Amino acid sequence: MDKPFNNRAWFLVLPVFALVAFSAILPLMTVVNYSVQDTFGSNVFFWAGTDWYVQLLNSERFHQALGRQLMFSAIVLIIQIPLGVVIALCMPRKGWGVPVCLVLMALPLLIPWNVVGTIWQVFGRGDIGLLGYTLNRMGFSYNYVNDVGDAWLTIIAMDVWHWTSLVVLLAYAGLRSIPEAYYHAAQIDGASRWSVFRLIQLPKMKHVLIIAVLLRFMDSFMIYTEPFVLTGGGPGNSTTFLSIDLVKLALGQFDLGPAAAMSIVYFLVILLLSWVFYTVMTNDPDRQGGAA
Amino acid sequence: MAAITLERLAHSYLPNPRSDADYALKPLDITWRDGGAYALLGPSGCGKTTLLNIISGLVRPSAGRVLFDGTDVTHTPTESRNIAQVFQFPVVYDTMSVYENLAFPLKNRGLSRSATDARVREIAEMLGLTSDLERRAARLTADAKQKISLGRGLVRADTNAILFDEPLTVIDPLLKWELRAHLKQLHQKVGRTMIYVTHDQTEAMTFADTVVVMYDGGVVQIGTPAELFLRPAHTFVGYFIGSPGMNVLPARVEGDVAHVGGTAIKLARGYPDLPPGQRIEIGIRPEDMRLKASGEGLPIRIGRVDDIGRIKIARARFEEHDINVVVPEDAIIPGETAKAVPAPERVHVYADGHLVEGAA
Repeated sequence: MDKPFNNRAWFLVLPVFALVAFSAILPLMTVVNYSVQDTFGSNVFFWAGTDWYVQLLNSERFHQALGRQLMFSAIVLIIQIPLGVVIALCMPRKGWGVPVCLVLMALPLLIPWNVVGTIWQVFGRGDIGLLGYTLNRMGFSYNYVNDVGDAWLTIIAMDVWHWTSLVVLLAYAGLRSIPEAYYHAAQIDGASRWSVFRLIQLPKMKHVLIIAVLLRFMDSFMIYTEPFVLTGGGPGNSTTFLSIDLVKLALGQFDLGPAAAMSIVYFLVILLLSWVFYTVMTNDPDRQGGAA
Repeated sequence: MAAITLERLAHSYLPNPRSDADYALKPLDITWRDGGAYALLGPSGCGKTTLLNIISGLVRPSAGRVLFDGTDVTHTPTESRNIAQVFQFPVVYDTMSVYENLAFPLKNRGLSRSATDARVREIAEMLGLTSDLERRAARLTADAKQKISLGRGLVRADTNAILFDEPLTVIDPLLKWELRAHLKQLHQKVGRTMIYVTHDQTEAMTFADTVVVMYDGGVVQIGTPAELFLRPAHTFVGYFIGSPGMNVLPARVEGDVAHVGGTAIKLARGYPDLPPGQRIEIGIRPEDMRLKASGEGLPIRIGRVDDIGRIKIARARFEEHDINVVVPEDAIIPGETAKAVPAPERVHVYADGHLVEGAA
């Protein structure tokens, strides 16, 4: 059958191109533009080539921030994903408990980032905070302002408190979509509780868990507001994650060239890691072999 | 293998059932013969699945007992009842191969590797799955997945009964026929008790030796397909089985004559003691009437004639009632009005829906 070809149809997507150009491509190109030039203000630019990139990739400061960032995201994923799945498994499947649990789970997600930071900042204070005061009275020396370990613990606890619910809700949705017949069949086959989890629940939750891992990875990798409010990147630079460092560089020191280069690299790192996660998790050994 | 007896069994999903309407399953007594092929037939929501789940132990009955070969298993958990169940939607363990799926129930029961292997291969052969054994179960078609579900039940040597809960719902029509014939053969080969839940009369009739018809939480008739057709014990059975269903007309019965509207119909038997105060109806299958241009019979007005191949169905009105008459393909329809003449020995009398036996 001959299909009529009419290239004027491309005009129909023109508005979208225009929108995307203004909202994404132009700002991005501005950043690219800054990253290859040097400026001292007054709109005077000097060509810098790849200098900023070379400088960035060799800088100790960037390596450390990136290391902290990777460490933070890894810890957050290792805690939140299993914890979220366990909580989802424990949630009731019917009755009045369902709406109660769902609302309780959704609450932390509704709180603005800076408020979460403020809540934990006050909560952890040794003089008036419930957590800080109690810990100190019990004999633990706890001070997130001076102690690197305590600062990390507090930020991680805060992130777990804030975001585990997201994993719970996604995992719970995945669990709810499993037809009752699967559990019945497993019961008839004499499967153990662990087998039910490993062979039915986990495979059926796979797709929502991929989304959960990607969302939690990207969000945790871009975390800014909460640690900024809680510790401001300190003590020292111990909780200065990539985004905090970037803001210091761009707005604190007004080094626009290096900051732009860092933005680009930061973006590429997130893209690369998300792609790796996605590829690894959706990798299906059967698919490549075909229906052999 | 076992005979299954249900004793005064009843179930309600409410904690404190008061009236009859609160029961999903009204009190019933049934014995399922060891090795029988049964169908549990009824419309959606009549309690078939509840009954099946009680037998397999997924639901605890509110009252009554379940006996396997005389042993009370009412409170025995599912996994120790040795029941197999095939569900409406195919249930396979997605991450496992077909082989692992079939071996799974044996592995859980701690059977040795060599015994498992022999058994799995035997069942795969029987179901025609041998060539797929190494494939991932998730990759197969719906009918193959249903075979795997069935295989997981057959693979255990000690299965007491195999329960099917509308297993062909998601199968293509063409494969449905094939799989149904396969099931029938399988039953003859393995000789296990099989109970097949369906709302499709053709499925029930082709699979089962004995059909249990359920309606509104109760069993209305247990019989062979022929008995259900020839002597429906309840007007519901008359409607539900046969295509089109039985014509049911309100009537006044005096001795061996039924007065339907202004027409008298001769009956084969007398009904001297019909219970007073009950709704009396007569039921005549569309197949048990002849059309004539004039003479005795119910005066009907023919609305349209559906030619469905071997036979024709005359859709007609008798007074204010719809009535269907099956006529042979080559028969001549007399005209717009005609007389429908029932065969007297095939006219059944019902009181409040239940068949009344006449006196000779």
